[in-house]
Amino acid sequence: MSDDVAIVGIGMHPFGRHEGVSGMEQGAIAIRKACADAGIEWNDLQFAFGGSVAAGQPDHMVSQMGLSGLQFINVVNGCATGGSALISAYNTIKSGAFDLGLAIGFDKHERGAFRVSTGKSGERDWYGGSGMALTTQFFGMKINRYMEEYGISQDSLARVSSKAFRNGSMNENAWRRQAFSEQEVLQSQMLSYPLTQYMFCSPGEGGVALILARADQAHKYCDKPIFLKSAVVRSRRYGSFEVLAPSLALDYADGPTVDASKAAFEAAGVGPEDIDVAQLQDTESGAEIMHMAENGFCEHGEQEEMLANGDTEIGGKLPVNTDGGCLANGEPVGASGLRQVYENVLQLRGDAGNRQVPNDPKVAYTHVYGAPGISGVTILST
Amino acid sequence: MGQVSINENVMDLTEDGPRLKGMHCKNCGNHVFPMQKGCPKCTSDDVEEVQLGTRGTLWAWTIQGFPPKAPPYLGETDPNKFKPYGVGYIEIPGQLKVESRLTVADPTALKNGMEMEIVGEVIGQDEDGNDLITFAFAPVA
Repeated sequence: MSDDVAIVGIGMHPFGRHEGVSGMEQGAIAIRKACADAGIEWNDLQFAFGGSVAAGQPDHMVSQMGLSGLQFINVVNGCATGGSALISAYNTIKSGAFDLGLAIGFDKHERGAFRVSTGKSGERDWYGGSGMALTTQFFGMKINRYMEEYGISQDSLARVSSKAFRNGSMNENAWRRQAFSEQEVLQSQMLSYPLTQYMFCSPGEGGVALILARADQAHKYCDKPIFLKSAVVRSRRYGSFEVLAPSLALDYADGPTVDASKAAFEAAGVGPEDIDVAQLQDTESGAEIMHMAENGFCEHGEQEEMLANGDTEIGGKLPVNTDGGCLANGEPVGASGLRQVYENVLQLRGDAGNRQVPNDPKVAYTHVYGAPGISGVTILST
Repeated sequence: MGQVSINENVMDLTEDGPRLKGMHCKNCGNHVFPMQKGCPKCTSDDVEEVQLGTRGTLWAWTIQGFPPKAPPYLGETDPNKFKPYGVGYIEIPGQLKVESRLTVADPTALKNGMEMEIVGEVIGQDEDGNDLITFAFAPVA
C-alpha cells in the first residue's frame, strides 16, 4: 500500500513581516484555515506535530486552539523543521496509531541574515567572532565553485531570481510581490560574491498547516484528496560540502539532497521524469540551479540551457518554485518546507489560479535544504 | 598590551604566526578542525590533537560584502567603516580543507588552486585591551 496517507486540508498565514502578530498566532490562523478547508473542528484532531525554531514551543498553542488533550509533539530540526513535522505526521498515520492529525509549522525571525552563535559556554566564539558563522557565505562559495566547474553564468542566477519574483507577484500569500528584471537583480548590492541582494531570500515570518488523514477515509473530508507518496529526511554523510562547516574532508561525497531525493523517488515508485511541478530549496538563486541536478531533474551543467529555454517557468517542461519559492516568500524556517507542500496541493487540486501549471499536473515534488547539512523531500500525487 | 589568540583551544599564537589545532584519527587517519573527541569518518574515539599544516591551495571562495551581526562578530560592524573580506576553504595536503578568512577581497585576485599560507589578523580587542588575533590565509608571494 503506497496510497495510505492523504492531505485533506491546507491553511496558510501569509509570509512576510507582520508587526504585532506573533509567530504562534500566525500558526493558529493557518490551523483554523486548514480545519475549515477539511471541514473539521480542532477537537477532531487526534494528534499534532508542530515545528518552530525561533517563535516558541508549538504545543503551547493548545491554550488558544482548544484543550482537547490531543497528542502534541514539538519538532526542531534545523531548516528541515517543517518537513520533519510532516514526516512525523505521515509515519504516525502509516503506523496505524491515528487516523487524523496535523502538521503545523510557523516562525518569526529578526531582520537580516540569520544570527548564528557557535560558541561553547566559557569559551570565546572564535567562529562567529571571526565572521564565518554566516549561512550566506556557504551558498556564495558553493555556487562560485559550481559555476566554474559546470559553466553556469551569472545571467542564469539572475533568471532564477527574476522568475521567482514574477511568480511571487501572482501569489497573494507571498512576501515579495514586485517583479524585478534580470538587470535589476544583477545591479543590486553584492552580498556574497557572486550573489547579489535580490538573489538571496530573507528570514521572515509565516505559518502553514496541513491536515493528514488515512487515505481510505480521505473522501470524508474533501472531494480531491492529495496523496503523500513519500516523505524523507536525510542528514549529511562524510565528505559532503555543507553550510557552517569549519572544516571539510579531502574526500568528496554527494550532499544529503541526493540521498533524500533517491530515497523519496524509490519509496514513491516514480522517477524525476514523472514530476509535473517541483518546489526546490532556493535559499539563493544558485541553490535552485544546483538543486535541479542534485534532485535528479538534469545533469550538472544542463541548467544553463534549461533556464535560457524557460523550462522551469510555469508553462515550461518542469515548472520550479511556482509560488515564488523562498526568494519571494522568505524563509520562516519552521514553515518553509510546509509552504512548498501547500503550493503543490493547490497545483494538484487545480486551485492555483493565475499561476496554475497547465495540463492537469498529477505528481509534484518538494525539497528543502539547510543547516547543519540536512535535506527533506516529499512526493505528492493526485 | 599584547596580542592573544582568539581562542587557545583552536589556535596557538606562535612567533611564526597562528597554528591551528585539529583532530587526527589514529584509527583511520582522518582529520577534522577544530579538535573533537570522535571521528565522523570511521566513528572511532581513538583520536589525538595535531597541528594543522600552514600552507595549502584555495578550494572555494566568496567575499563577505556586508557587516556580520554582533554578537557574535568581533570585527567592524559599522556599515560606513566595514571593509569586505574574503572567506574560503584551503585544502591542506594530507589533512583537510579548512574554512578561513582570506586577506584578499578582490574577486579578480582569487582563483581556485592558488597557493595560500596562514597569517594572523587582528579581529578585535579583549577585556584587557589586548589585540585578539584570528587566522586568515594569504596568497603566497
